[in-house]
Amino acid sequence: MTDSESKQQRDRSDWTKVLDADQIRRSVTRIAHEILEKNRGAKSLAIVGIRTRGDYLARRICRQIEEIDGQKVPMGVVDITLYRDDIAQSDEQPLVRGTDLPFNVDRHAIVLVDDVLFTGRTVRAALDAIIDFGRPLSVQLAVLCDRGHRELPIRADYVGKSIPTSRKELVEVCLEERDGEDGVYVAPTTTIAGKKR
Amino acid sequence: MSSEPQRLLIQGGRVLDPASGLDGAFDILVEGQRIAAVDKPGQFTGVGDVQVLSAKGLLVTPGLVDIHVHLREPGQEWKETVLTGSRAAVAGGFTTVCCMPNTKPVNDAASVTEFILEQAERANLCRVHPIGAITLGLKGESLAPYLELAEAGCVAFSDDGRPVTNSAIMRKALEYNFLTGAVLTVHEEDLQLSEGFSMNESARSVKLGLKGMPDAAENVMIARDIELARLTGGRVHFCHVSTARGVTLIRRAKEDGIPVTAEVLPHNFTLDDSAVEGFDTQAKMSMPLRSPEDVAAMAKALQEGVIDCIASDHAPHEADSKNVEFDKASFGILGLQTTLPLTLAKVRSGEFTLMRAIEALTVAPAKCLNLSAGTLAKGALADITFIDLERSITLEPKHIRSKSKNTPFYGWELQGLAAKTMVGGRLVFDSEEAGE
Amino acid sequence: MSMIGRHLLGINGLTREQVEYLLTTAEQFVEVSTRNVKKVPTLRGKTVINLFLEASTRTRSSFEIAGKRMSADVVNVSGSSSSTTKGETLIDTALTLESMDPDVVVIRHASSGAAHLIAKHLTRASVINAGDGLHEHPSQALLDALTMRQAFGTIEGLTVTIVGDVLRSRVARSNIHLLRLFGCSVRVVAPPTLAKKAEFEALGCQVFYHMPEALEGADVVMSLRMKHEYLKDLFVPNLDEYSRKYIVSEPMLARYAPNCKVLAPGPIIRGTEITSEVADGPRSLISRQVTNGVAVRMALLYVLGARRSDAARERDEEIEPLGLEAEASS
Repeated sequence: MTDSESKQQRDRSDWTKVLDADQIRRSVTRIAHEILEKNRGAKSLAIVGIRTRGDYLARRICRQIEEIDGQKVPMGVVDITLYRDDIAQSDEQPLVRGTDLPFNVDRHAIVLVDDVLFTGRTVRAALDAIIDFGRPLSVQLAVLCDRGHRELPIRADYVGKSIPTSRKELVEVCLEERDGEDGVYVAPTTTIAGKKR
Repeated sequence: MSSEPQRLLIQGGRVLDPASGLDGAFDILVEGQRIAAVDKPGQFTGVGDVQVLSAKGLLVTPGLVDIHVHLREPGQEWKETVLTGSRAAVAGGFTTVCCMPNTKPVNDAASVTEFILEQAERANLCRVHPIGAITLGLKGESLAPYLELAEAGCVAFSDDGRPVTNSAIMRKALEYNFLTGAVLTVHEEDLQLSEGFSMNESARSVKLGLKGMPDAAENVMIARDIELARLTGGRVHFCHVSTARGVTLIRRAKEDGIPVTAEVLPHNFTLDDSAVEGFDTQAKMSMPLRSPEDVAAMAKALQEGVIDCIASDHAPHEADSKNVEFDKASFGILGLQTTLPLTLAKVRSGEFTLMRAIEALTVAPAKCLNLSAGTLAKGALADITFIDLERSITLEPKHIRSKSKNTPFYGWELQGLAAKTMVGGRLVFDSEEAGE
Repeated sequence: MSMIGRHLLGINGLTREQVEYLLTTAEQFVEVSTRNVKKVPTLRGKTVINLFLEASTRTRSSFEIAGKRMSADVVNVSGSSSSTTKGETLIDTALTLESMDPDVVVIRHASSGAAHLIAKHLTRASVINAGDGLHEHPSQALLDALTMRQAFGTIEGLTVTIVGDVLRSRVARSNIHLLRLFGCSVRVVAPPTLAKKAEFEALGCQVFYHMPEALEGADVVMSLRMKHEYLKDLFVPNLDEYSRKYIVSEPMLARYAPNCKVLAPGPIIRGTEITSEVADGPRSLISRQVTNGVAVRMALLYVLGARRSDAARERDEEIEPLGLEAEASS
């Protein structure tokens, strides 16, 4: 259940804030614009968030697109738990929280949304999950932060901010809906048990 | 050969002889195989040339008597033999054991009885008294030849493991047996009520989904045989009584002057059917472990004398017959080496007096089967058990002398163990020599 | 170790939190079976052995489908319990199978406690009890609970009436244990030879011999199977007499428990235990139960089978990690 808990309680005195609430808001707006530009409008678009925080970002992007374009864009959510490649390496099973794609996958260009792009393994799992539901016209990737250190040939189409990090550093994204505030932090080491980002 | 019998002086122990009511510091003079005298310490100074055996710190009692064991020979020597069973007996403090006839072949002919006695002589440890079958082949159909069996050495008759279901045959057995005067010891179970059982019938058996034997399955047969004993005047001894209601029936029968006696097994006053939880096959026996109320009633009945004596129902089974599904596992557990400490645990808890506990292990069982054993009276056979009331072990398989190792008491702290066992003036077990 | 331990041997012994965790997980798997591609790769490379030593079609195929939808390799080993007629003991059978390194052994056996027995002897695989004698059938109780939760939103405080041969039903036992965890009022109703009063009261049930009082106000009526093969045990004179009094029928339900839903573990015997009108009617959740059965078993295989195998753990501990710690995901 590693990424289900709220991050409200954590002491972040030695952390660096790399994005504040305002910057996050502007990143989301920019990404929404870029998506519309690249896809020439919202027609046949669908936004799919990766649980948990990609889910909230997807929602924000949807709202933005609707504001800009006046079109309602279908939104979905994928839970990648069942597609993870490290399930058999963990001693405890993460909670399965379900996938919901309430639109015809075959007829949509899907923009996959996540908070942080790191090794690329989550995105790989999300792609597999989506493909089990159908054959989308295309799949694009939008992330709030790209921190590098890819282990798979995956890149984002839309990036809020690239954050150069060392592998051992920890990137934490906090979102109002879940964590009570908006902000992206970089922590010096992966000292917090079970939290490796 | 010396003309004088060997003389042995047992000194310094606390002598407890329920048969005579003796309890205190006494010395015992043994001449040859018999007890020559029991007297105050120091009274035997100047009796001349005598070997001295110190019993300092030990309780000296008559040799323990177990009237219900299974030695499995002939026929199931992989479970136990007369020799290995005898070793377990003397290590457990028993000098006399009576072995049940459910061997292969069944002890329903003199040749089988004689074979068992020969094996016992060869083992040369404790006294082994065979019990003959009530019915041929334990089939419950026709009477075994009691005269032939008694002459060969059977001391009682039993179909143990099974009841005599046919009441008319049971009646005839009781009547015909006047010829030998021997007691019928009976396993009381209504086979229809108990069909397919694995444990006591209770809320727990329903929860575990195991078929249960209701206490009534035992009680109806106890009631029947009380009536048949009344009708015929024949002596009935109830094996392994396990129910509170059974005790009530026996109490009433005794008040009415009906000639019945009864035994209880240590596990029936120690464990209740909660031991079956987790499907431990070591807790599977017949009679089954009963309810906590039954367990309490058994202890009370023994102390009061409604239940006459304690027996072990020593039932060796190889591990393979217990390492199976619960409903397929064999019934029964070892008893010879755990009976004494489990009984003494009830003395420490205050449920039995020491006098009553030792009586129930010596003269009382002997009386149930009319055996001349279980006393330290002058002239009696020098069968003596030396008990260390303080010594304890945490039971492990290495302690077990039997060929089989089936007991639910592994890991139990067993306190009060035989230090030495003497049969006919000869030490047949010494815990120090045994390295224990 | 998983939230519920290494094995699932029964409902008895589980906490309410553990049951809720299993139900919540199972809920997620319901969706997987509605997809076009009814398969997730979660248990790729894992082996599930269905050791069914007692006749079963439904439960076995449910576990088999569940395993396959999770991408596990599922092997069915069946026979009768006495088909240790070859002389092999259950322990040996289990150890032989374990030598082939399964991750989960699902066992159905006619002896109560059989799952406990093999769990005691298997050192690596997880054991799931798919029904042992008259003892427990935990996956059935879980799927029943999931079905009730879907129908009522919560199981908490429901009044559930179990009709029929409760005495010889492992399904009833597991259900009683589970429902009691949720504070349900559980009633059993059957002829007195089957609905043993003291014994079922000790399990926390109310015991009834007559249908009207047992049905009064019930939210759920669970109809158990009256097994033909048990008739020889003479608990009831004959099935006609039984049906006359205990059949679950629409007029009876409409009168005494008008809002109830009906469950049946099946296979159902129409006209004996339950009328077709009820079984096929709007109260019936029977087919929902079967669907949920697959989801529950997927969840069990996920929770017990997805963990790292012991062999893999040993290997991982031997190998020094290459430089930087390998990152899991994200």
